[in-house]
Amino acid sequence: MRELTFAQAIREALDEELARDEKIVLFGEDIGAWGGVFRTTEGLYEKYGPERVIDTPLSEEGYVGMAVGIAMTGMHPVPEIMFGDFITLAMDQIVNQAAKMRYMTGGQVAVPITIRATMGGGRSSGAQHSQSWHAWFAHVPGLKVVVPSTPYDAKGLLKTALRDPNPVLFFEDKVMYHKIKGPVPEEEYLIPFGVADIKREGSDVTIVALSRMVHTALAAAEQLAQEGISAEVIDPRTLTPLDEETLIQSVCKTGGAVIVDEGYQRFGVTAELAAVIAKGAFDYLDAPIERVAAMDVPIPFSPPLEFATIPDEERIIQAVHRVLEGRRPQ
Amino acid sequence: MSDFKTLPVEPNLLIEMYRRMLTIRFFEEAIFDVYRKGWMPGLAHLSDGQEATPVGVCMALRPDDTITSTHRGHGHIIAKGGQVEPMMAEVMGKVTGYCRGKGGEMHIADVSLGILGANGIVGGGLGIATGSAFTAKREGKGRVSVAFFGDGAVNQGLWYETANIAVLWKLPLIYVCENNQYTEFTYWKNLTAGEGLVARAQAMGMPGIEVDGNDVVAVYQAARQLVEAARRGEGPATLVCHTIRYGGHHVGDPGTAYRTKEEMDEWRKKDSIQRCERLLVESGIFSPQDIETTRSEIEARIQNAVQKARQDPFPPVEEVSEHVYA
Ligand SMILES: Cc1ncc(C[n+]2csc(CCOP(=O)(O)OP(=O)(O)O)c2C)c(N)n1
Repeated sequence: MRELTFAQAIREALDEELARDEKIVLFGEDIGAWGGVFRTTEGLYEKYGPERVIDTPLSEEGYVGMAVGIAMTGMHPVPEIMFGDFITLAMDQIVNQAAKMRYMTGGQVAVPITIRATMGGGRSSGAQHSQSWHAWFAHVPGLKVVVPSTPYDAKGLLKTALRDPNPVLFFEDKVMYHKIKGPVPEEEYLIPFGVADIKREGSDVTIVALSRMVHTALAAAEQLAQEGISAEVIDPRTLTPLDEETLIQSVCKTGGAVIVDEGYQRFGVTAELAAVIAKGAFDYLDAPIERVAAMDVPIPFSPPLEFATIPDEERIIQAVHRVLEGRRPQ
Repeated sequence: MSDFKTLPVEPNLLIEMYRRMLTIRFFEEAIFDVYRKGWMPGLAHLSDGQEATPVGVCMALRPDDTITSTHRGHGHIIAKGGQVEPMMAEVMGKVTGYCRGKGGEMHIADVSLGILGANGIVGGGLGIATGSAFTAKREGKGRVSVAFFGDGAVNQGLWYETANIAVLWKLPLIYVCENNQYTEFTYWKNLTAGEGLVARAQAMGMPGIEVDGNDVVAVYQAARQLVEAARRGEGPATLVCHTIRYGGHHVGDPGTAYRTKEEMDEWRKKDSIQRCERLLVESGIFSPQDIETTRSEIEARIQNAVQKARQDPFPPVEEVSEHVYA
């Protein structure tokens, strides 16, 4: 099968959906003639023109707010947040407007918006260009949150988002754009929300990881295999809706869980997933659940400091060892 | 005595304006009563005194034009054709309300009438209105979008962001600032630098007009001019209507601590409904008897709406998790 980069897979999803549905319109800063600062919209402006691929002023609140009105009046806007950190500026429009319009009107309207935002550190971009804010949105009823890890998943999930009648937050780890390559079929396919993917089968411990951390977890699992430890790696792919069943079943099988996320640990995604597993697989857990997340500090600039804050293979392996050592005697 | 041939608007239009203004006034008075009696939960933000602004603007609109409203939105909704029965039920949290009791006093919407929702966030509807104007321009059917907001929202960043985009993209959008002089409890000039919103609009390259917001005909004529320009593709415009709310910020506030009696007496002399009644009678469209009949008819309709809404059921609790997702 042909291989695409993460960025190419996203671009192809946008391209196919722009061609399929003329109600889809892209908005963002430098996404038009320039093709986006991460090149994810390259070529789309030439193909669909300035009416469909629209350069906006630096007004995150303004164009995300417009997206709410555009969605309520029958189109499907796709606003892009260049660095996911800047989503703070559009927070009211996402959390108080987009997420609630359907509910507050008693079901009178649907609000189909796909907000694409980047996430992730590791590029020495400093504390205001490196954060991962997906947990905030998973907290809000009325929103859906997607955190793809592979080109295949990114394409299939983005196409689903672009057909979903709800506001969807689609988080793309910027380190993956041009570094991660993977097979993507030529034929059309969609990936439903709420279905986790078992990225690697194993029997001794379950590692749940999201977005780029799936690759870190897979690398850790590879090393653990050399020690004779068989780790299962599960990628939830979407946080809302969340496939609780697959997580619980895996932990029932392995008896241990390590949860990995590039968002902050405190009150974050790892806490919620740990609670889901603790409730659903309590009798099967042989040791306390371990969490590996970003340190609760602003993301530093200097590389050794920055890498210390972000989960890496070593931290995952140590967490797995803690789980296996903590195992109650049979 | 003037006669209706010299009237600036069609007699039937003036009658309809009068009816809608009166409906707003009586609706707000009924809500005051309902609130005091403890028949509705939450707060009540009334707009009695401000009727001429929403009615003058909405009479210049087509049914397919859209509006967004504010926390003080009852008047905008009635002016755009909203019905008092489902409004009253919504305010009381009943399942028969416009939003099945999930919106409430500050969030009434009737999307089929182009009412894209009142908003509890001051200025929060500006994005929605601009988005609707974007879709309108795409559709190319001459539809326009109106954003109602108060003097307080003028200082929200969203106005600047959307106004800039609306001018750049020539969107058919009318920003209607209903300046009732007070942002909650503070005089607007203590919060807004410079000459006000029209000056700011002009700085963005957008035309703006200021009118007496208690004169329904003046509001209508100004709105018409701006709406037609927007329909022709000339882009957005700003309309500032100066008016007053008779009551406090909400029913629990008497509105007397930060405003003087003299000031309010002056405003009462400019009452929009009395002025409209004088115009109707002096131009021979209505007799004093017609005025009385109209008043009792509208009053009765609203009282019926109150009685009906009181008897209507609350939503079944199973509905609590419906409508979170489409
Ligand atoms: C973003 C935001 N800030 C503050 C409030 C609290 N608040 C509700 S109404 C109001 C005053 C609004 O004044 P104005 O826009 O002039 O409208 P008016 O109440 O005079 O009709 C304030 C501060 C709010 N609802 N939303």
